[in-house]
Amino acid sequence: MSKYGSGKIQAYRRENGRVGVRNHVVILPVDDISNAACEGVANNIKGTMALPHAYGRLQFGEDLDLHFRTMIGTGSNPNVAACVVIGIEPGWTQRIVDGIAKTGKPVAGFSIEKNGDLKTIMDASRKAKEFVHWASELQREECDVSELWISTKCGESDTTTGLGSCPTVGNMYDKLIPEGIYGVFGETSEITGAEHICKERAATPEVGERWYKMWKAYQDDVIEAHKVDDLSESQPTKGNIEGGLTTIEEKALGNLEKIGRQCRYIDILEPAEAPAKGPGLYFMDSSSAAAECVTLMAAAGYVIHTFPTGQGNVVGNPIVPVIKISANPRTVRTMSEHIDVDVSGILRRDMTIDQAGDALIEMITRTANGRNTAAEALGHREFVMTKLYRSA
Amino acid sequence: MATPHLLVHDHKDNVGVVVVEGLTAGTEMLCVVTEDNSSFKLKVDADVPIGHKVALKDLAAGDTAIKYGEDIGKIVAGVKKGGYVHTHNLKTKRW
Repeated sequence: MSKYGSGKIQAYRRENGRVGVRNHVVILPVDDISNAACEGVANNIKGTMALPHAYGRLQFGEDLDLHFRTMIGTGSNPNVAACVVIGIEPGWTQRIVDGIAKTGKPVAGFSIEKNGDLKTIMDASRKAKEFVHWASELQREECDVSELWISTKCGESDTTTGLGSCPTVGNMYDKLIPEGIYGVFGETSEITGAEHICKERAATPEVGERWYKMWKAYQDDVIEAHKVDDLSESQPTKGNIEGGLTTIEEKALGNLEKIGRQCRYIDILEPAEAPAKGPGLYFMDSSSAAAECVTLMAAAGYVIHTFPTGQGNVVGNPIVPVIKISANPRTVRTMSEHIDVDVSGILRRDMTIDQAGDALIEMITRTANGRNTAAEALGHREFVMTKLYRSA
Repeated sequence: MATPHLLVHDHKDNVGVVVVEGLTAGTEMLCVVTEDNSSFKLKVDADVPIGHKVALKDLAAGDTAIKYGEDIGKIVAGVKKGGYVHTHNLKTKRW
């Protein structure tokens, strides 16, 4: 076994055997109009966290499936010790409770109709308090680094991400994927210009063909159907352009550096879908918008997120620690409070990609053991649902 | 190794990336190809910000810009060796 495979962490072993690195008690709204009750509970009971969001009403079809998958997946994430679910009515509330209960963790649902916000908040607060007492006595125990599920997505990229911070993540995956971790990358639109390379990085030609069909469907059904120009200032973003990236092709080639030199992806996930083919690297069909993408990967069960940034994207997630890596010396200097791993030495040629990968693995280990990331310390809790089309 | 001003991913590339702040026109840049750490010198003819690109050879409208050894778009206005390459002279071939 390599030195990377024998790494140990102190983490939470959940009822279903999965390893979590945080111990949140979450108050989860089924829908937008239940946000206030959830925030009421979180205000009453210290040590809980409400996850308000904008959706959950009159959705249907694939879009509704994604809503349930995101809700159930978020509650099921191993970083969540226990979960209170509140919805306007009991039916969809119970569906989410039942989905989360499959993990074996404590979960309880409350609905507002026939009770009102105040009685719902009182009843749910009593249950949340029970959960906090229980969760706060759980102990971290020794687990293997190889049991971690580690996601990646970059943001406010510039040319330094392709030179430094993305290859750093790629080096980490090249070292840890063979040891048995689960990895995931995504950002469907942002592979455009590097799709020929991405297709070749599938574990089998069949998976590569499925990947290409998925990517092409997004081009045809979304980009071509809705574009009014060449997407300049959207993809690449205004910030990307400010950082020196000129075209989507250039951005995509840098983005793809995150999967390293050796890794091959073994399957393609729907948004927020949990991987089911065992350890390895996966591709998730997902938006390239930071908060949306990280939320989807957290809902799929990933417990640590690695986030290369060039110009300084400040995104976080409520349940998953987001580790920021930057190679841009100006960003590291002017936005130091946001950066967990400084790899600007790569640009000066006084740090190798191999050394940067080791520095990231060390920070992953410390984060798994409990170190708060910059985004956690600064209170970044962006929880953003992906919506596929207009509600009914 | 001295600190480079410009990094180039691949020997096939015809653009490189400025990796220092405050680079001024006329600087004789130390350029390093990350593929094999080989180096060369190039005089930059504009104040190019960190992260932005410089042409490694004369490029004419219609040429393809190459970075990572791959096509990153089309040159739409000619740029001389050592000149600044960005949205004013390089466009996507997609979308």
